[in-house]
Amino acid sequence: MNEKNRNLNGVITPQNKINIFNSVISFVRKNWIGFALIAALFAIIFILEQILPASSMLFVVLKKGAIYALVAVSMNLLNGFTGLFSLGQAGFMLIGSYTYAIFTIPLEARDAVYQYFDGGIINFTVPVPVALIMAGLAAAIFAYLIGLPVLRLKSDYLAIATLGFAEIIRAVFQWDKLGPVTNGSNLLKRFPSFTSTLYPFFVSGICITIIVLLINSSYGRAFKAIRDDEIAAEAMGINLAKHKQLSFTISSFFAGVGGALLAMYQTTVQAAAFKSAMTYEILLIVVIGGIGSVTGSILSSFLFIASSEWWLRFLDDETYIGSFKVPLLASGFRKVVFSIIIMIVVLFYRQGIMGAREISIDAILRFFRKLFAKDNREEAA
Amino acid sequence: MAENILHTEKITMQFGGVVALYNLTIDVNKGEIVALIGPNGAGKTTAFNCITGVYEPTYGSVTFCGETIVSNHPQGKMKKMYMGEQDEEKLKVIRPTPDKITKLGIARTFQNIRLFNSLTVFENVLVAKHMRAKQNVLTATLRLNWREEKRAREESLALLEEQGLLQYKDELASNLPYGLQRRLEISRALATEPKLLLLDEPAAGMNPQETQELAEFIVKIKDKYDLTVLMIEHHMDLVMKISDRIYVLDFGKLIAHGTPVEVQKNQRVIDAYLGVAEDA
Repeated sequence: MNEKNRNLNGVITPQNKINIFNSVISFVRKNWIGFALIAALFAIIFILEQILPASSMLFVVLKKGAIYALVAVSMNLLNGFTGLFSLGQAGFMLIGSYTYAIFTIPLEARDAVYQYFDGGIINFTVPVPVALIMAGLAAAIFAYLIGLPVLRLKSDYLAIATLGFAEIIRAVFQWDKLGPVTNGSNLLKRFPSFTSTLYPFFVSGICITIIVLLINSSYGRAFKAIRDDEIAAEAMGINLAKHKQLSFTISSFFAGVGGALLAMYQTTVQAAAFKSAMTYEILLIVVIGGIGSVTGSILSSFLFIASSEWWLRFLDDETYIGSFKVPLLASGFRKVVFSIIIMIVVLFYRQGIMGAREISIDAILRFFRKLFAKDNREEAA
Repeated sequence: MAENILHTEKITMQFGGVVALYNLTIDVNKGEIVALIGPNGAGKTTAFNCITGVYEPTYGSVTFCGETIVSNHPQGKMKKMYMGEQDEEKLKVIRPTPDKITKLGIARTFQNIRLFNSLTVFENVLVAKHMRAKQNVLTATLRLNWREEKRAREESLALLEEQGLLQYKDELASNLPYGLQRRLEISRALATEPKLLLLDEPAAGMNPQETQELAEFIVKIKDKYDLTVLMIEHHMDLVMKISDRIYVLDFGKLIAHGTPVEVQKNQRVIDAYLGVAEDA
């Protein structure tokens, strides 16, 4: 404790305030390249939106990529940083997207949306940002309750239990007795959504920043300690149950927010879409990006979405060069190629693209400095 | 009479039908170095695990600084299978998790080194500071705990410097040579600010020179941090040299206890280590 700056009553003196102010300034000064890059990214997206048509595949990839990046990072917090192999992500996304949709469908649209359930039983709406937070909280509350029994399990058993839970959630949300709330197995629609690509970038950006701050805090170190060695972590005074529960709940919170964003992106929600295949997609993104690397997850989610939605599309179309029909290109061939690419990545980059490393401005600068240093040496020789 | 810091009362640990530890009663006084020795499989590490909450003893209690921290009596299926002694009066059930015991002030190291291998040396020590911090997850994420964090970092650096590990602080723990890993594990235990340090075979795999250094190191940290040390060790020269008292276990039972000189002369100890002649 900095005793110097406290007077006898323990009140913080102005000098201390100046210290905080100074530390903020020095933080900004130290990281100005980062801030500049983020501003540039947003500016580029803004400009692209003015130039390119709104239907361009680029925006589909960017929007969906940003949403998947958030969900992948939240899964990485659990699987990569805390060492809990959980497969419940789709279930928590479902809870998030439903919570968002249920509380934001405009009152005048309810009769049409809940046409089989007399307009539903919820007769109020909340603003979009509040609904996003509620989506996260709903997922977090479910996660907390599920975590109480389930987090005693280890590795594969935990994966099976969470996967089972996600399937149960999906079934329960389609149950017609819950229709007045969830609209049964019918679509939820007409809730507010976004048109600009900046929106998911902004929300995901904030959420991922919070996760990164958490990972780099004292709690993040405790999570990593649990991942490395549970017995030693316990011997260091880390309460396993509490910290696992914490990681599980926080991860699910952000999965819920991600689910809400996905609902906004799709403009409709249906429980049937949140299959375990969605969890596997996210798991793939995490594994390809590198378990234990946040930037790896972000990078690989954009690559994954781009390949599955855009770059490999041509493989599905029958193509003729002159009168010659290119063999193999037919509907469904894209998935074959995609699977092969994933197999190659997993075989040859077992650690994923990034391993446990992170892309940082420092690392990039170091890389270039080393590159130039090598050039100089070669010139000298 | 010296102040008692650790007392175990008739600890019995039974795994199914196997009695790993039988009626173990030991006392450790403040400022002592006490050794727990015995042949392989004698139940030494089991005793450590019972004290630190890794196992729940089948019967018995552990008292630390006058406070009962672990206590149990056979329950459920164990009631029928239990083979140890039992007082008429049932003990209260106190079964804390290991983190609670560490928080009370008992730190331990492990027989096979258990470091956090993907964390750096510095982070390994910092993890131990997590327990005593007053932060919660929100203040830690938003960096409102920066003062506490700064102090933890300063203390950890000071500790590393003292232990001569400062130059390795950014190395991954798994990249350290064996001897330094041992030292880091002890440093990490010290970072939890313990009153009692349990060392499980600290000299395992060390040559005589290193063992010699370790002996000096243990005495040094004991004096410096006002510690009490309970250690399991097989290197007899180390044990005889620095311990004040020795407990000898064989097949889960206490067979002797006393000063190093007394124990060395004890016939049962010699039999346990060397075996008894057939015709004796």
